[in-house]
Amino acid sequence: MALQIYVYILHKDGVVDDTALEMVAAAGKLDPAASLTAVVFGSKTDAVCNSLTASFKEVWKIDNDAFSYPNSEVIRGILARIIPKGSMVLVAHDHFGMDLAPGLSIKLDGTYLPDTVGFDGIEGGKLKAVRQEYGGQVSTHVLCDISGGAVITIRAGAFRAAEASDAGGAVVDKTADALAGGLPGGARRFIEIVEAEVGDVDITKSEILVSVGRGIGEQENIEIIKELAKAVGGDVSCSRPIVDAKWLEKSRQVGTSGLTVKPKVYMALGISGSFQHLGGIKGSPFIVAVNKNPKAPIFQVAEIGVIEDLLEFVPMLTEKINEMK
Amino acid sequence: MEILVCVKRVPDTAENEISVNSSGSDIERGDLVYSVNEWDNYAVEEAIQIRDKAGGSVTVVSVGDADSEEVLRREMAMGADKGVLLSDSAFEGSDGKGLASILKAEIEKGKYDLILTGTQADDGAGQIGGMLAAMLNLPYASLVNRIEVLDGKKIKLGREIAGGNQEISEMDLPCVLSIQTGINEPRYVGIRGIRKVASVEIPVHGASDLGVNPGSVGKAAAGVSRVDYYVPALGKGAELLEGSIEEKVEKLIELLKSKGGIK
Ligand SMILES: Cc1cc2nc3c(=O)[nH]c(=O)nc-3n(C[C@H](O)[C@H](O)[C@H](O)COP(=O)(O)OP(=O)(O)OC[C@H]3O[C@@H](n4cnc5c(N)ncnc54)[C@H](O)[C@@H]3O)c2cc1C
Repeated sequence: MALQIYVYILHKDGVVDDTALEMVAAAGKLDPAASLTAVVFGSKTDAVCNSLTASFKEVWKIDNDAFSYPNSEVIRGILARIIPKGSMVLVAHDHFGMDLAPGLSIKLDGTYLPDTVGFDGIEGGKLKAVRQEYGGQVSTHVLCDISGGAVITIRAGAFRAAEASDAGGAVVDKTADALAGGLPGGARRFIEIVEAEVGDVDITKSEILVSVGRGIGEQENIEIIKELAKAVGGDVSCSRPIVDAKWLEKSRQVGTSGLTVKPKVYMALGISGSFQHLGGIKGSPFIVAVNKNPKAPIFQVAEIGVIEDLLEFVPMLTEKINEMK
Repeated sequence: MEILVCVKRVPDTAENEISVNSSGSDIERGDLVYSVNEWDNYAVEEAIQIRDKAGGSVTVVSVGDADSEEVLRREMAMGADKGVLLSDSAFEGSDGKGLASILKAEIEKGKYDLILTGTQADDGAGQIGGMLAAMLNLPYASLVNRIEVLDGKKIKLGREIAGGNQEISEMDLPCVLSIQTGINEPRYVGIRGIRKVASVEIPVHGASDLGVNPGSVGKAAAGVSRVDYYVPALGKGAELLEGSIEEKVEKLIELLKSKGGIK
């Protein structure tokens, strides 16, 4: 029997997020014959819903001012009402999915499979899937029992987006069903969004980024990164642990919870290459990685790799560049 | 404010190169350095700071084997008041749901206003907090990077969302929160601090103490189980520069020049 798969749609300002078509591709890998339902929460979502009918058989529209900002406590409660038990649900593994999905699996009494990067077939009610552990240093195949349904979060970019086809889907207004019984989740009340502070340098505009990670070891060592950046005429950026330690400003952080940069050249110095970090690097720059661990995932995406201690390599590089000038 | 924090002992990925063992059944554990999961450490620090302002106590709890006692002790050296180890051979091989149901049983033995977990641990799943909240029917927020206690009944919290922006909400207590790194600056724990708590008794609770049906947790009950570990071969991989460190410097400079990496 073909699987019934529900896909939670992220959208902003009337535009569907890239993850929607990636999840269509993921669903196709799960079961090419699957019947796909897009689930759209929001306010004034007609354009979003209509654009999805090309890729989904059915588009559930749940439209109300209460959803103009998605509060996962509210949405989880509603999904548990309207999605039949035993269903498969796909959600993007971003800050909203991480908020919504684990609890949803409990409410739907299904299995939870987080941050999935691949599917490898279904055998006897068990789905074989691919995940990563230890910051992407190793991968693992997992077996997931889907006989009673499952909630699966999908890593952004892990599946190549499906082409919008002509599924000839229909929009179904589910708002009344969704709201029957009132709004759940009242214990968490959204107040506002506080926008990120703007830094002294706008790294999203930089052509050359000299980016530093936890491999730098000590705060004092950041100096050698600044000197290299100066020598090459680039700007300093960093991975998250450097910001967590308050060694650099948040406005220097590259990644899903930081900024998205699109330089020509990106030097990753002592950065392991987690997907959250790589998620902030766009526009296929020339990536150079310096790392003392040959197994660091950054070497899978870098153009050029240097396996060295950066504390030794970086000052030598800076000195040589300065000599040439 | 009675606060419970769930913590896990994990290999320290900043200290270790992780590799897969010869049969692919597990990672190579021989020479690993273990520590408390980075995210959990921020959660414990936050709990301690809240207690110091609002009063009450902080309990740290971990599901694991006898070795997990060391991370509980470390977090007690930081300032947690109590540690509890949840350990039983029946717990081995539990998936996220199994672990959450074991923790739930411990939580229900007490009365907590605030239950904290880290955002995620070594397996990158980020599931325990959300599952616990749903099982306990408590409100939940993930990726929390700010907590302000408003009164004994509610808190104001910040969640980290995309692009460095922060989502602010108000939430009723009791609740479950998963803590993101950077929320505070975890204090340093020295040898002396560890020594101070070296002889404090840490109770161990097994399935029967918790009233957990052994058949409902562990490997047999797991909906998700690992088949193998392997090192992925993604893309074509980087061209590695060869030679002495001086030669690598020379080669890199040539490459950078040709790609516009030196202005
Ligand atoms: C929801 C969420 C959002 C996140 N958002 C972001 C984000 O926006 N940006 C981000 O960067 N991270 C983000 N993270 C964190 C991310 O998962 C990783 O923890 C982080 O990217 C790791 O940073 P790192 O590579 O600097 O450190 P590590 O992973 O610790 O890597 C350090 C590297 O340095 C190498 N090294 C150590 N010493 C040396 C030396 N002397 N010479 C050379 N190499 C050395 C090591 O081999 C290692 O590969 C997020 C996590 C979560 C859960």
